[in-house]
Amino acid sequence: MPKLKIEDLARIREQARRATLLREGAGRVKITVHLGTCGIAAGGRNIMTAVLREIEERNLHDVLVTTSGCAGLCSREPMMTVEVLGQPPVKYVDLTEGKVKEIFAEHIVGGKIADRYALAVGSERVM
Amino acid sequence: MPYRVHCMVCAGTGCVSNRSLEVREALENEIRKRGLQDEIQIVTTGCNGFCAVGPLMVVQPDGIFYQQVSAKDVPLLVEEHFIKGRPVQKLLYKPPEAAAPIPKMSDIPFFKHQRLIALRNRGLIDPEKIEDYIARDGYQALVKALTEMTPEQIIEVITKSGLRGRGGAGFPTGVKWQKVRQAKGEPKYIICNGDEGDPGAFMDRSIFESDPHSVIEGMLIGARAIGARYGVVYIRNEYPLALERIQIAIQQAREYGLLGENILDSGLDFDISVTRGAGAFVCGEETALIASVEGRLGDPRARPPYPAEYGLWGKPTCINNVETWANVPPIILHGWEWYSQIGTERSKGTKVFSLVGKVRNTGLVEVPMGITLRQLIYDIGGGIPGDKKFKAVQTGGPSGGCIPAGMMDQPIEYIAPDGKREARDYLDLPIDYESLTDVGSMMGSGGLVVMDEDTCMVDVARYFLAFTQDESCGACTPCREGTKLMLDILNRIVDGHGTMDDLRALEEIAWVVKQTSLCGLGKTAPNPVLTTLKYFRDEYLAHIEAHKCPAHVCRALNTYRIDPVICVERGHGCGVCRRECPEKAIFGEKNQPHRIDQTLCKKCGVCVEVCHFNAVIVE
Repeated sequence: MPKLKIEDLARIREQARRATLLREGAGRVKITVHLGTCGIAAGGRNIMTAVLREIEERNLHDVLVTTSGCAGLCSREPMMTVEVLGQPPVKYVDLTEGKVKEIFAEHIVGGKIADRYALAVGSERVM
Repeated sequence: MPYRVHCMVCAGTGCVSNRSLEVREALENEIRKRGLQDEIQIVTTGCNGFCAVGPLMVVQPDGIFYQQVSAKDVPLLVEEHFIKGRPVQKLLYKPPEAAAPIPKMSDIPFFKHQRLIALRNRGLIDPEKIEDYIARDGYQALVKALTEMTPEQIIEVITKSGLRGRGGAGFPTGVKWQKVRQAKGEPKYIICNGDEGDPGAFMDRSIFESDPHSVIEGMLIGARAIGARYGVVYIRNEYPLALERIQIAIQQAREYGLLGENILDSGLDFDISVTRGAGAFVCGEETALIASVEGRLGDPRARPPYPAEYGLWGKPTCINNVETWANVPPIILHGWEWYSQIGTERSKGTKVFSLVGKVRNTGLVEVPMGITLRQLIYDIGGGIPGDKKFKAVQTGGPSGGCIPAGMMDQPIEYIAPDGKREARDYLDLPIDYESLTDVGSMMGSGGLVVMDEDTCMVDVARYFLAFTQDESCGACTPCREGTKLMLDILNRIVDGHGTMDDLRALEEIAWVVKQTSLCGLGKTAPNPVLTTLKYFRDEYLAHIEAHKCPAHVCRALNTYRIDPVICVERGHGCGVCRRECPEKAIFGEKNQPHRIDQTLCKKCGVCVEVCHFNAVIVE
């Protein structure tokens, strides 16, 4: 290991921070892939892999990915919910890996909701 | 692919002894079995703090807190949470009075009221990876100290921040640094005092275990400020995990050139070695510690000269506690203005406490100075288990004292640092250096032992004195002989042979030992005796005059009796006490009331423990 210079320290910090930012639970975008029995049966696992691959390829480090159970609309699975900080959540339905790619380009990076795949904006009222 | 879940498994000493490493192994196996190894990262962290409910883990980014996880829970956990995204209800934390469990760590009262500075990275980094520390701004304060600040400016920032020594005495850190900087003699040394010996205290150990690089970075900044060439980390050998982690951290820092010569091309040369202590309590005293580092017997010597002028190998030496060093990097990085806003007038910043004893949420907490004992014990600690009454809290370990709760609603005089008198409840006592000294206790390194109504204060004083008597090095007469005499008297009192003359002698000897001992050990050893005498004198009197122990702890003073009605009506004269009594002092037939022959009873208390019907009464 060669001796560090101050610039090296900054570089290591940048790399390591990207890998550990998740632990602070703070991100610009939160993606929830619905992985209930219905979601898994409809291919939700492949959607999850596609999401993670997109994040890697686009070198995004402010996107959190989480899973949840059935969203109640089993016929439209696989589904995912995209929540941009400060905006209402958007539910995307009938997903394929190709659609995930487009949603990343338009919504997550571009900031514009991909209307043609979106089911609805917002969530049910809870309690 | 990036990980979508970071599963932070606590590997502090508490959780490891509750088999958290088995949980980690089970997690790794299960995740591999499910093909999730590229999506979910398992990270072992240092002590999370909530030791009472270990083994524990936190799942990020959702911040879900799992408690008492065992290896057999792992398949369900992976299936439900990692695959289906549903937190496992039965493993969530549920406060006793709450209707539903609390999934998020940030909502749990134990964590919510804390403020982390020294423990800023606990549970968030793998303590064995320097990159994890660097990711959380690690070594950025060092860069600032090397490139933007002169040594004088560093000392000025530390002085203005109001940081005081976290080892117990509370000496202003900046002033100490200045003294060492100005002292004549080369080379200068820096020592990290990790000889944490108080029973029930584990602050320093946890910092080493959860964030060793924070100590190294603090020492590096100190080295720049005072012009030291060498550093020593003194750590007790009974802390194997802490020892291993600090050694790994030092090795990594060397490989990165953060220790050694010309650090970050700044011209600073500094390296750290580790000295293992054999566990003598007196070695926490700075002159004894230095003797021990030099390879001599750990005997203290008279001061002055202070180590700042005549320390390790006779050279100027700056010796600070682990927690003090860990506080240095954030102060340098964020400035003294930021730090001095936290805390009270004269005690700035935060303090780490190990909260133990008769309290629901035992563990390691970091709170702002000035918090009250009530907030600490009730809001964070969750109160006293089993509907028992809070009786006292012991601060500062064997050198500290007991602060009573008995006068909870009766205001007492409190002398504020400015000399102004004001009325305060003990429990509402803000914790800082002065207020604790005012009530006869001390901050100490931060051990807090909570006691309930089942604790005998005479027995507590005897316990701590037995500890200090055993640890007294014997160099000076007051401590060597005085602690022995006091212990003899306390033993007589708990055995029921104490007299009023004993009580007077006890008090007198205590003051002599306090005022005439050579080092801090002797000067503070009488504190538990003096504070219990001051606040719980009635308990001493009950032992001496009535031959009774009000808490029924001192067995020699107890009388054991069987309630004949309960014995027959509830227990049907089951006879378990008769069979278990080692002295064969219990008589009775099945379905008949049993009785204890007081002439044969040796007061061991076994009958109380074995009776299922609470028929044995202790008086």
